[in-house]
Amino acid sequence: MTAIPLGMPAFPTAARDGVHDEVLRANLRHATHTIRDKRARAVAELADWDRLREAGKAVKDHTLRHLDRYLLELEESVTAAGGTVHWAADADEANRIVTALVLATGEREVVKVKSMATQEIGLNEALEAAGIAAYETDLAELIVQLGHDRPSHILVPAIHRNRAEIRDIFRTEMASWGRPAPDGLGDDPRELAEAARLHLREKFLRAKVAVSGANFMVAETGTMVVLESEGNGRMCLTLPDTLISVVGIEKVVPTFRDLEIFLQTLPRSSTAERMNPYTTMWTGTTDGDGPTAFHLVLLDNGRTDTLADAVGRQALRCIRCSACLNVCPVYERAGGHAYGSVYPGPIGAILSPQLRGTASEIDASLPYASTLCGACYEVCPVAIDIPEVLVHLRERVAQGGPVTREGIRVRIRPARGHTAERAAMRAARLLLDRPGALRAGERLLSRAHRLRPRRLPGPGRAWTDSRELPRPPAESFRDWWTRERGDRGEEHR
Amino acid sequence: MSTRDLILGRIRRAVDGPDTEVPRDYLREHGARTPEQSADLLAAHLTEYRATVHRADEDDLPPLLARLLARRGSATVLVPPDLPPHWLADADVTVVHDLAASTPLELDGVDSVVTGCALAVAETGTLVLDAGPEQGRRRITLIPDHHVCVVRIPDRLVDSIPQALDRLDPTRPLTWISGPSATSDIELDRVEGVHGPRTLEVVLLGGSAQ
Ligand code: SF4
Repeated sequence: MTAIPLGMPAFPTAARDGVHDEVLRANLRHATHTIRDKRARAVAELADWDRLREAGKAVKDHTLRHLDRYLLELEESVTAAGGTVHWAADADEANRIVTALVLATGEREVVKVKSMATQEIGLNEALEAAGIAAYETDLAELIVQLGHDRPSHILVPAIHRNRAEIRDIFRTEMASWGRPAPDGLGDDPRELAEAARLHLREKFLRAKVAVSGANFMVAETGTMVVLESEGNGRMCLTLPDTLISVVGIEKVVPTFRDLEIFLQTLPRSSTAERMNPYTTMWTGTTDGDGPTAFHLVLLDNGRTDTLADAVGRQALRCIRCSACLNVCPVYERAGGHAYGSVYPGPIGAILSPQLRGTASEIDASLPYASTLCGACYEVCPVAIDIPEVLVHLRERVAQGGPVTREGIRVRIRPARGHTAERAAMRAARLLLDRPGALRAGERLLSRAHRLRPRRLPGPGRAWTDSRELPRPPAESFRDWWTRERGDRGEEHR
Repeated sequence: MSTRDLILGRIRRAVDGPDTEVPRDYLREHGARTPEQSADLLAAHLTEYRATVHRADEDDLPPLLARLLARRGSATVLVPPDLPPHWLADADVTVVHDLAASTPLELDGVDSVVTGCALAVAETGTLVLDAGPEQGRRRITLIPDHHVCVVRIPDRLVDSIPQALDRLDPTRPLTWISGPSATSDIELDRVEGVHGPRTLEVVLLGGSAQ
């Protein structure tokens, strides 16, 4: 199991920080509605969308039903194509495997493609502990990494950072990681992207080892698939000598042909594009082209436990498109950090408590982080009935019952005094009663770095008792948004 | 017990219930088009992604490529080993070959790359490279900042993703390209290119010349 990352208040506490600014809400609403509309247009272009959605759902269900068979087939085809397959039961084992593989190359640096699985297991921290520097190469992940920060959205991880902050982060942090930011770096996105390009280019061109995840793995052929936009993925996947991919076991699909479904539904659901700029597919190793060594680490880390739950297992169909985040009224108000996991939004609310169990306060509270409005189910390209799973998990938290943990069937007791629900109620009451006070408090937090309290008041107290409060940005995203955007909304990516 | 057996055992104890048939009643392509209409659709979708689209017949191709490279001010051009030599016959450039010994750092100094492609997908505005004829290895279309890709119409054009997958060989390394490299990570402003080529020009070769 993965530990909950430090600096994670339980959802009700954290959500409080993101709520209750009418202007921010109006703008976020406009932004999410814009991408919703854009997505709806991209989807409407395909007359057979519902059939593609049903087919995608069926492929995933069928694969999960025979997951043992397809994983063995995948292992065989990857091996036959020149790759090596490793199996990892949990985060620690996966981290150990990857660390050993990197050390065996003699290198102390790796370049990384944005990957939820490696975030989930805390790979960067594990590598660092072994003296290996892991460089994130997705622009947003780079911003998050250089800013000693956490991602707040599946697709746009640095959505909470504005251009001036990014410029400051680049100016102060780039030099300690490699090529420094150019003198007099301004805050135009084009200039910032160029600075990132130059900074990362020197890493790409000399990198010997890369680490990635994958969007899909094809059992029949051993083909791995990564979708991306910037080309950093292509750089990592093709230039280094050694490529290590850490992939959740649920990412396997039976046949190459099955990709025709997801290559149509994923980009449209995700960025509302017909197709993302770059997709790389590779099968083992190819003589004279790309890495000479390929390692696939198949990750369980709570997935088989999730599979054992007849209602909850549908969460494993998720293809991480983030459409459910963009339609969720709770995410829209609370923001991504509130979910306390690498998986934010509605999918996070059902996935994290299953992968990690509901023992902690945050995981117990996540099933309550929803209005059950059903919008997430409507947009989900693999038809995950998120509201159904939420209700199921609420029941588990409130009443206890049988669950599978690390492969063993156990019975959990109800949460003590129904902690999660009470915390949720309390947070809601606070928010509804005193929005002004909260907003002022948050601004104070943002602006007065030195006055930053070590402990949160109210419901956050128990949490900060044992943890350091994360450093807030100099200007909150909401302040920046208000200043920069006024009441005009911007098109979401 | 090995971790592999542990995980497989957990799976076998976890799965139950009925199997699911995968319905394949989705469409093989969206709408009926003439080859000319498909080419127009490809061009429209590529343009929407801010790629530049040109049309040429075999005879116009060398002067067109010469113009595109001159306009860009490219002095050096990376080419796959089997690029038809006459394609660059009119261009005043130094041709660079992607030798096994060349390092990415060396290729980084090259101005442009010219390749063909395995196929193009009209409905999504996508070029697919499979390291086959006229394409070279994956890195050459990645490192230079300017990529000119020639699509043979109608041979290399399909309408849809299902048709594309039908024709592709999964054992080859595949690169799907839909427009130039792009990011929207800074305040959701779209910026063309961070790492891949920031300028993508596509030449539709054959079919109807301009
Ligand atoms: S749950 Fe569905 S909508 Fe949400 S990220 Fe996963 S696939 Fe996309």
